[in-house]
Amino acid sequence: MKEYKTITEISGPLVFVETDEPIGYDELVEIETPNGETRRGQVLDSSSDHVAIQTFEGTSGIDRNSSVRFLGETMKMPVTEDLLGRVLDGSGDPIDDGPEIVPEERRDIVGAAINPYAREYPEEFIQTGISAIDGMNTLVRGQKLPIFSGSGLPHNDIALQIARQATVPEESDDGDEDSEFAVIFGAMGITAEEANEFMDDFERTGALERSVVFMNLADDPAVERTVTPRLALTTAEYLAFDKGYQVLVILTDMTNYCEALREIGAAREEVPGRRGYPGYMYTDLASLYERAGRIKGLKGSVTQIPILTMPSDDITHPIPDLTGYITEGQIMVDRDLNSQGIQPPVDVLPSLSRLMDDGIGEGLTRADHGDVADQLFAAYAEGEDLRDLVNIVGREALSDRDNRFLDFADRFEETFIQQGYGTDRDIEDTLSAGWELLSMLPTEELNRVDEEFIEQYYHEDGERVEATADD
Amino acid sequence: MSKATEPNTESEGVIESVSGPVVTAVDLEAPMNDVVYVGHEGLMGEVIEIEGNVTTIQVYEETSGVSPGEPVESTGAPLSVDLGPGMLDSIYDGVQRPLDELQEKMDSAFLDRGVDAPGIDLEATWEFTPTVEVGDAVGNTDIVGTVPETESIDHKVMVPPDSLPEGETAEITAVESGRFTVEETVAELETGDEIQMRQQWPVRQARPTVDKQTPTEPLTSGQRILDGLFPLAKGGTAAIPGPFGSGKTVAQQSLAKFADADIVVYIGCGERGNEMTEVIDDFPELPDPQTGNALMARTCLIANTSNMPVAARESCVYTGITIAEFYRDMGYDVALMADSTSRWAEAMREISSRLEEMPGEEGYPAYLAARLSEFYERAGYFENINGTEGSVSVIGAVSPPGGDFSEPVTQNTLRIVKTFWALDSDLAERRHFPAINWNESYSLYRDQLDPWFVENVAENWPEQRQWAIDVLDEEAELQEIVQLVGKDALPEDQQLTLEVARFLKEAWLQQNALDDVDQDCPPWKTHQILGVIKSFHDEAFDALDAGVPVDEITGIDAVPRLNRTGTVPDDEASAFIEELETDITEQLRSLY
Repeated sequence: MKEYKTITEISGPLVFVETDEPIGYDELVEIETPNGETRRGQVLDSSSDHVAIQTFEGTSGIDRNSSVRFLGETMKMPVTEDLLGRVLDGSGDPIDDGPEIVPEERRDIVGAAINPYAREYPEEFIQTGISAIDGMNTLVRGQKLPIFSGSGLPHNDIALQIARQATVPEESDDGDEDSEFAVIFGAMGITAEEANEFMDDFERTGALERSVVFMNLADDPAVERTVTPRLALTTAEYLAFDKGYQVLVILTDMTNYCEALREIGAAREEVPGRRGYPGYMYTDLASLYERAGRIKGLKGSVTQIPILTMPSDDITHPIPDLTGYITEGQIMVDRDLNSQGIQPPVDVLPSLSRLMDDGIGEGLTRADHGDVADQLFAAYAEGEDLRDLVNIVGREALSDRDNRFLDFADRFEETFIQQGYGTDRDIEDTLSAGWELLSMLPTEELNRVDEEFIEQYYHEDGERVEATADD
Repeated sequence: MSKATEPNTESEGVIESVSGPVVTAVDLEAPMNDVVYVGHEGLMGEVIEIEGNVTTIQVYEETSGVSPGEPVESTGAPLSVDLGPGMLDSIYDGVQRPLDELQEKMDSAFLDRGVDAPGIDLEATWEFTPTVEVGDAVGNTDIVGTVPETESIDHKVMVPPDSLPEGETAEITAVESGRFTVEETVAELETGDEIQMRQQWPVRQARPTVDKQTPTEPLTSGQRILDGLFPLAKGGTAAIPGPFGSGKTVAQQSLAKFADADIVVYIGCGERGNEMTEVIDDFPELPDPQTGNALMARTCLIANTSNMPVAARESCVYTGITIAEFYRDMGYDVALMADSTSRWAEAMREISSRLEEMPGEEGYPAYLAARLSEFYERAGYFENINGTEGSVSVIGAVSPPGGDFSEPVTQNTLRIVKTFWALDSDLAERRHFPAINWNESYSLYRDQLDPWFVENVAENWPEQRQWAIDVLDEEAELQEIVQLVGKDALPEDQQLTLEVARFLKEAWLQQNALDDVDQDCPPWKTHQILGVIKSFHDEAFDALDAGVPVDEITGIDAVPRLNRTGTVPDDEASAFIEELETDITEQLRSLY
């Protein structure tokens, strides 16, 4: 293999090299520093006599005498079923002192787009055991449903709870044994402490056995973060579409990923888009998120839960904004609920699952699910509105009806949303909790619920709600 | 346009550099906008800039692994679409490659590169029935025969618009009926021109017409708030901007299903894969409300999801509108939905920044406004060259970042379109769907469409609509007071107005897209439901004047039935509404 010692410029994470043969776009590169270290990188820009290389591990230590080797192939991920239970670094190398991984296949990490014609529309319920999600913003197989959070909020606890509890309820399936679950965890730029928490929890609960963990820590090279999610998703696609697993991919934290994109863009002196993020960020994010889905005729599925922290809780910031346009809904973590001690502090009103309607109902969850969710939404929204009013005029000035809705909103947060990170509620429990709450309201107010369901599930005595503990 | 049908390439160049979807080549002799094939894999691209000996190309496929030194071939033709029978009931990517065929050819659920397929099936045969005889004189775009394309649509075979000098005619020297493929000659002209069912047309050029006329007929949509308050004309333009989660796609899909157009072209431009799959799965199952045949029989889908190549996203709106214009030339009313034009604008921005062009506002290229208006101007109600009349209505979704309507794409779109359906995330959060904000939306077609509604639906259509607008306006003002002092502090008549407005919102403006009946509401029903709410309003105020308290007025037995009118099947609706109206009157009058 030809070695070049023709580095002309080093700037930030980028290295420019003069070449005398054509180099392919996206090709992998190895750079050897004078003291013998090897750095890896990828061709960002290729012309007939020079290339721009983006290094994954940073450029410090590289000088103009370093030698550069072009590997003649784009980046690949070695995949095998044996990856389950393993912990890898952000570039896909094992860091758990386990046995060497013998790959069954090496896959290009820039996945091809799924032909929309070959997709199967997602409509099978995944039970996360969290009422705020299962009841109100149901997740289905093949969906991409991000968690929008903020700094200092417990999104990691929610992610862990989902990773631990997620199942495909047996009765909703046609009986075959194909519902084997796997979790792929892609961490980008999380702190060592967070990483330890995740790993401890995975090991303690045994979730690691069915997981593959990719760890790019906060002090790992930022540019590597642009590769980590692609490695994770390539592994996910392999397990789902070749091996038939139901794969749940948790990516955290997408904000760090986007920062890395911005860093590369700035180093390349590209024309920046909003807030300095590159203009192609939508396309780039889509190339990750759209790798969720199901394919006609295949058993497996890739479901994604990307987590992102919104800078200063601003949902109009380019990262959550572009994400929201690509993903199929969002779960919002709320600061007020968190300070009230609600666990998990999910605000259901701005949360949304676009694929919910097709994933619930008779045969999937329960026939009354849609009506119950609608009614809970409507009643809670009304209660929320009234809270603003109470601040101005006081409770006494409100009618009985309004007071009832205020009580409803409080109780909704205390018993339905609040459940604790250790509690796994199945869908029946969630819906019963919903009916307990709806029974606080007179039947005339339940205009979104079919009368048949009211007869079946409504308790005459609304006071019974007092008795329900948040088990 | 596809390599499969254009085997002859003309000039050859060499790749000089590669950066994402932008490739430069030297020694390539190709004019602007010509299609070229890049690299050993023959990836399709288009010339977008020429500087000296260096030609810049945007490539419609992923360029990983392409290196400098590989060849570039020119086809000598601009980006074009194949036009002919077989486009309906098809699903294409952004450069008119049929996705079902790609899947078969690639033998994979994933989209591979360098595979090509013609836009229309070259092998299939179609039953051609001539409508002209030997000796007849025909001009450009004149119809020479028909082909039953789908169960709903007769495809008209036309003389290509550029075959004769403008305004001239030529005699037919031969014409045959029977089964032909799209490439076989069905008629010959004295000039020696042979007419086949298949034509090609460059996508960036509008097909010629005689005259653009003022639209006077509504494109009814089956949506109460649109037909009732903010109607769109056949040949009109509309924009649906809204933040994510406000129901843009559901609104677009409802329009695609229930608009009374002959042909629907639905462009999924840079949107979600699963959403396109929903359309692909649903449309063949759903009946067309006009003919009862499958909805797909009148629909052409173009799907370029957000992870498909960005350059093809830029071209997909042009592919779509060229197909729409072709059916317009046959005399059909075509509705084109583009979801979302923001993704198209972003694709322009992405390409522009790769070209290192000087950016305009928010990084968008300076020609953004020009491209948008060029596109929307291709809509209209036209007199075609062949004497027929047809229309292309364009409904573009806009996805403003952060829901902020002051951004360049929304603003530049609003300067062109005449109907504005503003989606509102507050309404969506309350699960008020369609989440169209009635205070911010507008339609400039209202006045020119009123005569049609008066003649075809009801004489008091304009007055009744104005009444609804007045009530909603008043409600908006009252809500501000309610926010401060609470509802109970208002005088009784204002409380009653709020109640009436609530029924307007719940029973009329809201519509359940998931309910089999409610999802499609014909104009007469829209009018009758509004009518019964208005008579409730009139009777209720009479009762109030006679001293009946508001609680008792809204507490009458008949009132809850108002909210159910939308879900009553069309054939029972009139009777149901009539009975409801009688009951309301009787029950209210019995209170005093």
